[in-house]
Amino acid sequence: MEFLPQVIFLILLSVSGFFITKSILRIRRNILLGRDVNLYDRPRERLKMMVLVALGQKKMFKKPLPAILHLFVYLGFIIINIEVLEIIIDGLFGTHRIFAPVFKGLYPSLINIFEFLAISVLVSCAIFLVRRNIIKVKRFDGEEMKRWPKLDANLILSIEIFLMICFLSMNTSDGILQSRGSEHYISTGDFFFTSFLKPLFNGLGTSELIFIERFGWWAHIMGIFAFAMYVFTDSKHLHIFISFPNTYFSKLDPAGRLSNMPEVTKEVKLMLNLPVDSGNENVAPGRFGAKDVQDLTWKNLMEAYSCTECGRCTSQCPANLTGKKLSPRKIMMDTRDRLEEVGRNIEANGKDHQDGKSLLGDYITVEEIMACTTCNACVEACPVNIDPVSIILQLRRFKIMEESQAPAAWNGMFSNIENNFAPWKFSPSDRLNWVQKLNQ
Amino acid sequence: MSENMINVPTMAELAAKGVTPEILFWVGCAGSFDERAKSITAAFVKILNKLSVNFAVLGTEESCTGEPAKRAGNEFLFQVQAVSNIEVLNAYGIKKIVTACPHCFNTIKNEYPELGGNYEVLHHSEFLQQLINEGKIKLQGGGEFKGKKITYHDSCYLGRSNNIYEAPRKVLEILDAELVEMKRSRTKGLCCGAGGAQMFKEPEPGFKDINIERTEEAIGTGAKVIAAACPFCMTMLSDGVKNKEKESEIKVYDIAELIAKYEGL
Ligand code: SF4
Ligand code: SF4
Repeated sequence: MEFLPQVIFLILLSVSGFFITKSILRIRRNILLGRDVNLYDRPRERLKMMVLVALGQKKMFKKPLPAILHLFVYLGFIIINIEVLEIIIDGLFGTHRIFAPVFKGLYPSLINIFEFLAISVLVSCAIFLVRRNIIKVKRFDGEEMKRWPKLDANLILSIEIFLMICFLSMNTSDGILQSRGSEHYISTGDFFFTSFLKPLFNGLGTSELIFIERFGWWAHIMGIFAFAMYVFTDSKHLHIFISFPNTYFSKLDPAGRLSNMPEVTKEVKLMLNLPVDSGNENVAPGRFGAKDVQDLTWKNLMEAYSCTECGRCTSQCPANLTGKKLSPRKIMMDTRDRLEEVGRNIEANGKDHQDGKSLLGDYITVEEIMACTTCNACVEACPVNIDPVSIILQLRRFKIMEESQAPAAWNGMFSNIENNFAPWKFSPSDRLNWVQKLNQ
Repeated sequence: MSENMINVPTMAELAAKGVTPEILFWVGCAGSFDERAKSITAAFVKILNKLSVNFAVLGTEESCTGEPAKRAGNEFLFQVQAVSNIEVLNAYGIKKIVTACPHCFNTIKNEYPELGGNYEVLHHSEFLQQLINEGKIKLQGGGEFKGKKITYHDSCYLGRSNNIYEAPRKVLEILDAELVEMKRSRTKGLCCGAGGAQMFKEPEPGFKDINIERTEEAIGTGAKVIAAACPFCMTMLSDGVKNKEKESEIKVYDIAELIAKYEGL
């Protein structure tokens, strides 16, 4: 009987550990459905990028207010993990505040830091909820932000607030129990922030306080387990982990450089009677461009999982700003949703199952991808270095090269380039006619 | 007239004489064929000529870089163009290229190397800035733009694509004008709507065209001159100004044209 709480704790810890591992493997398998690209060059530059953008939140600071609030939530998340570690050890061994004797005099300061962070997380999340639901910041709106994405965002914020309330009431009651010399509640010294909350609980009896303390403790840690499992479901909150590898594998080239297709190079060189570099032979021809998620690269797919749905991309997109259907955020969300669907199909029906659907057509329409000016405003805006243009371009390539379905005007431009070596129908022999302008 | 003396040598002519020029001026399709953009080409050549820069053009041997085809998704056509152009450029042993078109600039600089075309590529804003730094173009004070409001429109293919934000602004500084920035400038600059091969088709339905949105913002600064550094931006903004019936008050110029005017060329 005495060990029952520890046994329950162990079971819950194992169950959540099992589900989290399963989810990670599922996401990994999904990402690896993408085409291979080699992004293992320049490790120092990559590390630097990751440290600046993911760890240092560099791009967030383009908008100072949300950046600071986000920073609190982020630091809270990172640092409170020390607290979580203590809770897990206590949970497994039936101890209480196992770190108190370890850190000795420093322990109360540590808890004070956690409490400060808990309060700032609470306040930041509350402000975020207000911004989303009451002030209705435009960026959080849009066709793709109905239903689940909207609920997802609100759930995340509400759960974080709930977790912080649990943590704070646990510390408050713990503090009172300590001062009453209650057995089990070892004396740690005052907790600064929650000492202000004590008057709220002071009138309660010891057994009620123990109940609140235990309830806070269990709800806090169970909430964290549940939340961790939730992160790895179909939630945008996955960005807290995956933004790290995602920024590590960032595009390091200038933004304007779009990938050249090596499989095309070989054909072009053969056509022009030029020597083909050896080593290029084993490039699988496959499909030109991308119709479905498997045709995209694993990096594109990783980005889809990294998207936090913040809408900074869409709020800068000139096409979106002028009422066109294109929203780079939707491109990323559609890619993730389709990838999840393909993953579920694989689980249910095996690797080669075809459901007759595809990313282009069933999720993303041609009208959307045709509106992109490749201006890179979305890439610049994204706080986690996501590149929607890469996906848009690959979808265009499929439309144009595999299906030969270009808008008529583009077909005209193509044939002008082919025949007149300029996108307009002018004679190549007139190319130097501008010289006449010199004498005007 | 001395202008009649301006000589535009082609690579072929120089090669026949066994001469290699210092730079190749890549004119681009817009700069060669578009009525308005031809003036940019002419202005830049006048500057090169005045400063005795040793340059040549490819002339009829120049061909579309393939940029619009690539961005439209026609990688095959792009590479046919790219590989053929690289053959020509490499045959002439070209080392350094200057162009007034950010789209040509980006493509030759960033997308040609993988296909075997390695050159030092400069946009004319960078080149002009170098001339200014070397003291070859000097602030003389006065001139028709002194004290006037000018606003500069960032080309996406210079700015976000290649991090060139300051060179064109530095070039404009010499005019001694009052540079006013639009709210969306530099990394946040708003596209003119031409990139990604949009220039060559009708825009998708929306409530506004992108160039109108951008032109309204430019007009909103109160500037009487909108400076561009790209022939496509030039077209989009000029159309926007016309659409707003402001063409008598507000002029759109390329930075090379402004310098040429300033130098009295
Ligand atoms: S690159 Fe395309 S999707 Fe991204 S902001 Fe520009 S127009 Fe929008
Ligand atoms: S792509 Fe980037 S900027 Fe756009 S919504 Fe996702 S995280 Fe935000």
